[in-house]
Amino acid sequence: MNNHIYFDNAATTFIDEAVANEMKPFLKDYFGNPSSIYKYSSAPVKAISLAREKVSRGIGANPSEIYFTSGGSESNNWAIIGSTLRNSNKGNHIITSKIEHHAVLHAFDYLEKRHGFNVTYIDVNSEGIVDLGQLKKSLTPETIFVSIMMANNEIGTIQPIKEISQIVKDFNKSIIVHTDAVQAFGNIPVDVIDLEVDLLTITAHKIYGPKGTGALFIKKGTVIDNLIHGGGQEKGKRAGTENVIGIVGFGKASELAVKSIKQKSKFLIELREHLFSRVISEIPDIVINGSRENRLPGNVNFSVKKIEGEALILSLDHFGISCSSGSACTSGSLDPSHVLIALGLDHGTAHGSLRISLGKDNTKEEVDYFVDRLKEITEKLRLISPL
Amino acid sequence: MYTKKVMEHFMNPHNVGEIDNADGIGEVGNVKCGDIMKMYLKIENDIITDVKFKTFGCASAIASSSMATDLIKGKTIKEALAITNKDVIDSLDGLPPVKIHCSVLAEQAFKSALKDYEEKNNLHIPELIGFVPDEDHH
Repeated sequence: MNNHIYFDNAATTFIDEAVANEMKPFLKDYFGNPSSIYKYSSAPVKAISLAREKVSRGIGANPSEIYFTSGGSESNNWAIIGSTLRNSNKGNHIITSKIEHHAVLHAFDYLEKRHGFNVTYIDVNSEGIVDLGQLKKSLTPETIFVSIMMANNEIGTIQPIKEISQIVKDFNKSIIVHTDAVQAFGNIPVDVIDLEVDLLTITAHKIYGPKGTGALFIKKGTVIDNLIHGGGQEKGKRAGTENVIGIVGFGKASELAVKSIKQKSKFLIELREHLFSRVISEIPDIVINGSRENRLPGNVNFSVKKIEGEALILSLDHFGISCSSGSACTSGSLDPSHVLIALGLDHGTAHGSLRISLGKDNTKEEVDYFVDRLKEITEKLRLISPL
Repeated sequence: MYTKKVMEHFMNPHNVGEIDNADGIGEVGNVKCGDIMKMYLKIENDIITDVKFKTFGCASAIASSSMATDLIKGKTIKEALAITNKDVIDSLDGLPPVKIHCSVLAEQAFKSALKDYEEKNNLHIPELIGFVPDEDHH
């Protein structure tokens, strides 16, 4: 067993060796600017084109519908701000959910505060699934844009995106539908045709690819404003010299992620259920956060009552185990995670949350070691707790 | 992010527990903010002969409680009341700026316990005049 147990794969993943090998020639040998026309730049141009094909295949899109960006945050900002500003003459109402990533929530907040758009934040039920009835009721003739994430980064719950697209399009097919599929991609099947979305965000560093590279899928015929203005890269839609190394890595990572998705998913679900079963049966006062079944294969999130999350994280870190928490103390703010609060958790329970996001290299042995340590830590910290 | 001292006191906190028939008990903080500290004092002839604590909170809250109990143990009431959150921070070799409130909470916890002792015994401790623990310590 490794000395270091990495259980934070939803934060980021290591770079797969095959991905790193694919990227290496572009670190030194093929440094040419893809926009240049001399022969020296033909390798990067070809490599980007190949990567675009691989990424598009991963989500069932056409290569011409893939636009490379600097990552999930940029793709989300572009989708949200670009769609909304483009369509501001058609209406002033936009919709999202209460459990989105901050890259979505803060973009909506910006449009609300600085541009005067009306925003509806849809609730989730106690299982962490978006309230479709409320979504239906929220649609108005003024609605121009809807963004709901495909899978949540904290509790891993999977949203019914296809149903959401259908509800929205049945109401008015010119409303643009976006989904943030950063956590879903590589973990569950993502197919833009099946999902019926207009825009979809993905990133490389959650699928064993490099950081700093993502993509926005823009369905043919969907027009949104640019976010990054400048040169003519990405067909004039996203300026800036291409991150060739990152894009090459993203292409390879997408190819591998899609290829292994079935077996990886089966393996991770087994590992996850083993972890959940042991924790629930061996540690008292545990609350599972989010639906136990309808969640990403590798996502585990539960609260350890009467204990604060940061104390748990640091105690686990002492044993070489890396995971995360939605407690205020680990978020850098004074409030616990907005996702856990949206589930209806009281503050105390939310402060005691623990997220373990399993990856393809984790083992049952590591999970058992984790549960054994967690039992000891919980006992010790509960002795200190006045609750 | 934490000093070695903070980690030592977090991993192996001193004076954890409760005191039966304590002479003074103080509880500060709330679950909403994620920190609750409870301190118990045994006082004989104006001297804090024993002190115990229980804390729900992050590593720095637990370390601050542990350090504060070390600092006041064996001190006279007057000496203990001269100890501030700054002393707790210094003794821990520093706390990150966002965690300063943990040391404030630790100071308020033992002061609340002394206030409780004062009230129970109808005493008048001049250093405690005007002492009210903050509702929101952040």
